[in-house]
Amino acid sequence: MDRVAIVGVAQTKFAAAKVDQNYAEIAYEVTQSLFNQTGANYNDVENIVTASSDFWDGRTISSMAVQDAVGAWLKSETKVSSDGTLAVLYAMMRILSGSFGTTLVLAHCKSSEGDPTLIGNAVFDPIYQRQLGIDLVAAGALQARAYMEKYNITQADLAEVVAKNLGNATRNPNAQRAMSITAQEAMQASLVADPLREYDIAPNSDGACAILLAREDLVSKFTDKPVWLSGVGHYQDNYYLGDRDLTDSRALEKAALKAYSMAGITNPRKELDVVELYDTFSYQELLWSEVLGLAERGKGAELLHSGVTKIGGELPINPSGGVLGAHAMFVAGLVRVAEAALQLRGEAGAHQVEGARRALAHGTVGPCGQTHCVWILSKDK
Amino acid sequence: MGQRVAVIASGQTNHCSKRADVNIPELIQEAVDRALLQANMTLDDIDAVVIGNMEHFEGINLSDMWASEGAGSVLKPAIKIATGGTTGASVAACAYYHCASGLFDTVLAIGWEKLSESDPTGGIITAFDPIVERLTLAGAVGGLAIEATAYMKTYNVPEEVIALAAVRARKNAKNNPHAHLKLDLTVEQVLSTPYIAYPIHYLDMCPASDGACAVIMASEKRAKDLTTKPAWIDAVVCRHNHAWIGDIFFGKHSTLESAAIEAYKIAGITDPLNELDVIEMYDPASYTLVSWLEYLHLCKLGEGRRLVEEGITSMEGRLPVNPSGGVVSTNPIGATALIRLAEASLQVQGRAEMRQVDGVRRALSSGFGGSYWNEVFILSAK
Repeated sequence: MDRVAIVGVAQTKFAAAKVDQNYAEIAYEVTQSLFNQTGANYNDVENIVTASSDFWDGRTISSMAVQDAVGAWLKSETKVSSDGTLAVLYAMMRILSGSFGTTLVLAHCKSSEGDPTLIGNAVFDPIYQRQLGIDLVAAGALQARAYMEKYNITQADLAEVVAKNLGNATRNPNAQRAMSITAQEAMQASLVADPLREYDIAPNSDGACAILLAREDLVSKFTDKPVWLSGVGHYQDNYYLGDRDLTDSRALEKAALKAYSMAGITNPRKELDVVELYDTFSYQELLWSEVLGLAERGKGAELLHSGVTKIGGELPINPSGGVLGAHAMFVAGLVRVAEAALQLRGEAGAHQVEGARRALAHGTVGPCGQTHCVWILSKDK
Repeated sequence: MGQRVAVIASGQTNHCSKRADVNIPELIQEAVDRALLQANMTLDDIDAVVIGNMEHFEGINLSDMWASEGAGSVLKPAIKIATGGTTGASVAACAYYHCASGLFDTVLAIGWEKLSESDPTGGIITAFDPIVERLTLAGAVGGLAIEATAYMKTYNVPEEVIALAAVRARKNAKNNPHAHLKLDLTVEQVLSTPYIAYPIHYLDMCPASDGACAVIMASEKRAKDLTTKPAWIDAVVCRHNHAWIGDIFFGKHSTLESAAIEAYKIAGITDPLNELDVIEMYDPASYTLVSWLEYLHLCKLGEGRRLVEEGITSMEGRLPVNPSGGVVSTNPIGATALIRLAEASLQVQGRAEMRQVDGVRRALSSGFGGSYWNEVFILSAK
């Protein structure tokens, strides 16, 4: 199989409301940033895969707004209506098919232009669930409670995740919610959906992210620091929350095992150097890290308390601050890939993990993580 | 690098204006079950699923989530693709690249829409920029009416020719058990219906349908074991356009022409009128069954009416266009462009029953949507 590499990544700064930029303008900002870094121009972009949400944008065919920004005229552009990690997968498929040498991946979202509660409620089926008023945060609260009950996880454990990640976010110039906050302080924050408090829940963000993928023989044209795509898995789970064990994730487990197998990883805890995972809620960092095989089931909090997952620890998780630091729908997964790439290029600045050679980036979509995508990225070919 | 990919089988619901008897996952499952039945496969034989529709039409956010249990994607790799009218073609392209990349061997592509649960024009209007264009472009018909007017004026094409194409499409649909509008019409009847937006009469326009379509694709190494009748996908080409309708030049449908030229080049076609045996094109309104033949390079600009008037594109003609009845007969939007590919593959496989064109070796299907963008596929028996 041919090899495909990330040859450049770009992000906007994430903010609660980018009132001075429309969708096309945030997309243009990251496209130009990508071109500036790589020396590429629109002629080098052979095709484009975007990710955006019609609901969050309030615009059907949400990709239409960014056609000119990504240079789609008389080119193949398509839209993954799901997380950016899946857009990266489709972009890689297009290169592996032999049809294209490079693919631009771009995700954009302006959460500020919609009502997250109504938009989240519209994920639930209109016959049985929607009338309950449930949204993605309320669903997360159900999962949090199930997980905490099963493994005796406490509010303090969740608050430690908050303190670590929002602290990490202070080192990341693109993060929206960057705070030096103690676990004690996080536990005093207002209760939104029991047991989730304000900082346990990712903020709603405006922003965009873009990455450029290239086939092996084209890589040197754009960068001398390629990041290789070495493993990927993606799976979907049941829809109804009651049909799933919310304290576990079969879809994530299968996705991880497939990605590890492709990348030749047998002991992820030892073989990975940094992890960027999609923690819409604080408890999800613990839960997902267990399902990813980084800790035993129910021991995610122990891993956290041991210091392994902080910057400077053996296996830092979310040195960027993660999704708790900024959450633009569908963009956030692409940011995980971009952040993992920055780590492997040694360009993560103040949140750099020293000597990172292999990284995991994770994306999820749907209530309580119905679909998951796991990427393994490598510095070495 | 790059595996060949074939369509193995397909399944469709019987499309109609309102399916009150099924919910969305049930509608999808009907098409999936029919595709699996035709393929003599079970869900266990499917490696991955690609699904698509447009969320604003049913008001279901992250619609692949609820759909998962009808789509058979539970505990499978699954991706949702959505690109407007082209959604079905974009879903098919994504399924194609799943196999062509070598990462997956059998992929289920699903397009669906349940337009009875919404206001399609209200949904489409939101595609346009909310500040400048949304107030003036009334859904799908607005842009089409601009193009139709420019075309009919430039090439002196009368409404009667456009209406003839509309009559013929609904007649073809009578041979298709899955079609929505199966009508015996006359040109006079079409012309007697009101203009929705000049020069498009009510019966020139596509309907809004409830329906789903599922297509199973396989990589070369599996296709030969799975069927004796693969429909090989020789070319997959997509061409997009500017974001603003105001930036688009309506005097020339450049994305369709560019996509067709590239697809012919990849498939080694130099004389499409003689080398293609059937076309299943995305015809959102009947004037496209005249005008867009020109951009597919079946004739020179302005000569599309001759192909229609001489019956070259009718069922009895040299190159039948839309034996299924096309989009003006059936339009569950997210499924519509996938239905084109399914119908083209049925023709190549000799499975099109009453609507079969004799001796089909090579077929073209297309998808249209967004701000005038197009996707073109070439299928062949070899």
